[in-house]
Amino acid sequence: MTVIIKYNAGNVQSVMYALERIGASYTLTDDETTIRSADKVIFPGVGEASTAMAYLRERGLDKLIPSLKQPVLGTCVGMQLMCRHSEENDTTCMGIFDIDVRRFPAAAGKVPHTGWNSLHSLRGPLTEGIPPEAYVYFVHSYAADVCPDTTAVCDYGRPFSAMLQKDNFYAAQFHAEISGNVGQLILENFLTL
Amino acid sequence: MLTKRIIPCLDIKDGRTVKGTNFVNLRDAGDPVELGAIYAAEGADELVFLDITATVDERKTLIELVRRVAHAVNIPFTVGGGISSVADVSALLNAGADKVSINSSAVRNPGLINELALEFGSQCIIVAIDTRYVSGEHIVHTHGGRKATELRTLAWAKEVEERGAGEILLTSMDTDGTKAGFALELTAAVSSAANIPVIASGGAGTMAHFTEVFTTGKADAGLAASIFHFKEIGIPDLKQYLAGEGIPMRLTN
Repeated sequence: MTVIIKYNAGNVQSVMYALERIGASYTLTDDETTIRSADKVIFPGVGEASTAMAYLRERGLDKLIPSLKQPVLGTCVGMQLMCRHSEENDTTCMGIFDIDVRRFPAAAGKVPHTGWNSLHSLRGPLTEGIPPEAYVYFVHSYAADVCPDTTAVCDYGRPFSAMLQKDNFYAAQFHAEISGNVGQLILENFLTL
Repeated sequence: MLTKRIIPCLDIKDGRTVKGTNFVNLRDAGDPVELGAIYAAEGADELVFLDITATVDERKTLIELVRRVAHAVNIPFTVGGGISSVADVSALLNAGADKVSINSSAVRNPGLINELALEFGSQCIIVAIDTRYVSGEHIVHTHGGRKATELRTLAWAKEVEERGAGEILLTSMDTDGTKAGFALELTAAVSSAANIPVIASGGAGTMAHFTEVFTTGKADAGLAASIFHFKEIGIPDLKQYLAGEGIPMRLTN
C-alpha cells in the first residue's frame, strides 16, 4: 500500500489522480502507524515552506518522515522541505538532503520558473527508461543547488537539482503527476522499487 | 531549456466545447474531456477550460467535468469562468484543476488576487486580462470583452503581478476571432513589464503567427481554440514547425 502524506499543502488531488491513472491504490493520511506500515510513502507539496514546516512540526511529521525506512518520494515543496534550509521565509527544513534551497534571481528569467524544462545528468532507479533531455513540468520560485545527492539536473539561470536521492529518500522538484508520459514513468519507477 | 507552451483553450457551455467569432455565434466542437485527452496525447503543453456561462446550476456540472478531466489527462490544466471567491477556487482545485483563471472578479475586487495567492499559492492563480484598443489606449474589458473598465492594460498587468498572480492570460479583443495574428506589440509590452509568464491569446490563424508571438511578442505561451478544434492546425505539426523555426518546444513524438 502506498501512503500519501496528508498535510496543509495543495496538489494532493493531482497526485491521487495520477496514481489512479497508473492503477495504484493509495491511502491519504497523517496517521503515524499507517505511514510507518506503508510500502511506499509520497510526500507531495505546493505552497509556502515555513507554513508547511510549522504544520509538520505541530504533528510530529518533521521527525517521522526522516525516520522512515521504506522508499519515500517528496515532490516540489515536499522535496524542498526534505532539504536543510529554504530561503523562503528563512525556514529550517528536515535536513534529509544536505543542501540548501535558494530563490531564483530575477536574472534567471521570469519567476516562478513555469513550464516544461528538460532534464540531464540522469542517474538512479527513478529515471530508468527516461531519455536524456526529457521534459517535465515545473512551477517553483525556489530550488536546491546541485549536490552529491543530485540524480537529475535542470537549468534555469543556474543548474539546480531536479531530482535527489539519498538511501531510501527520493525527491523531484517538478510535478511528475502532471508531467505527461515521462512523469508517469517516474512515478511507476518509484512504485516498483 | 525552458520551452514555449502551446495551449488549446476549450470554451465550455452546458458541458460541451464551443467557440465562436468575437465571442458570439457559438459552434459546437465536441466533448471537452475527450478533446482534452486528445490534445494531451498530441503534445499540448497545458489545457485551459473556460466556462463561458457559469451559473449556479452549471457550477456543479463544471466541477464534475473538472473531475473527469483530471482523471483523463496527465498534463496541467486551468479552469476559468465565473470564479469570484476562495470557496470557488477551493472547489475547483479539490476537484483536480491545477490552476484557476480569474477575470471580471479580479477587476471588481483586486484584493481577491492577494487573497487567493496567499491561500493557494501564486503558482495556481492566473489573472486573465481581456483588452481592447480604445481611443489610442489599451483598456481592460470585462464581460467577455463587452464592458470597458477604467483600467489601463499595462498598469493592470503590473498590478496583478504585485498582488500575487502567477501568470497573465492576455486576450486581445481586437484580434480575437480574426485569425489575422496575435497582438504582438501589446503582448511584448506586457511580457516585458511583468516578471511572470504571459500567455498570449486572440488572433492565431497560421503557424507563423505563433513564431511571431514567441519572438516579437515575447510571449511565454500561445493559446488558441478554433484552429485546433476544427483541425485547421494540428498540434504535432505546429510544434514541429516551431522547433524548426528555432523556438524551444517540447516534442513528444
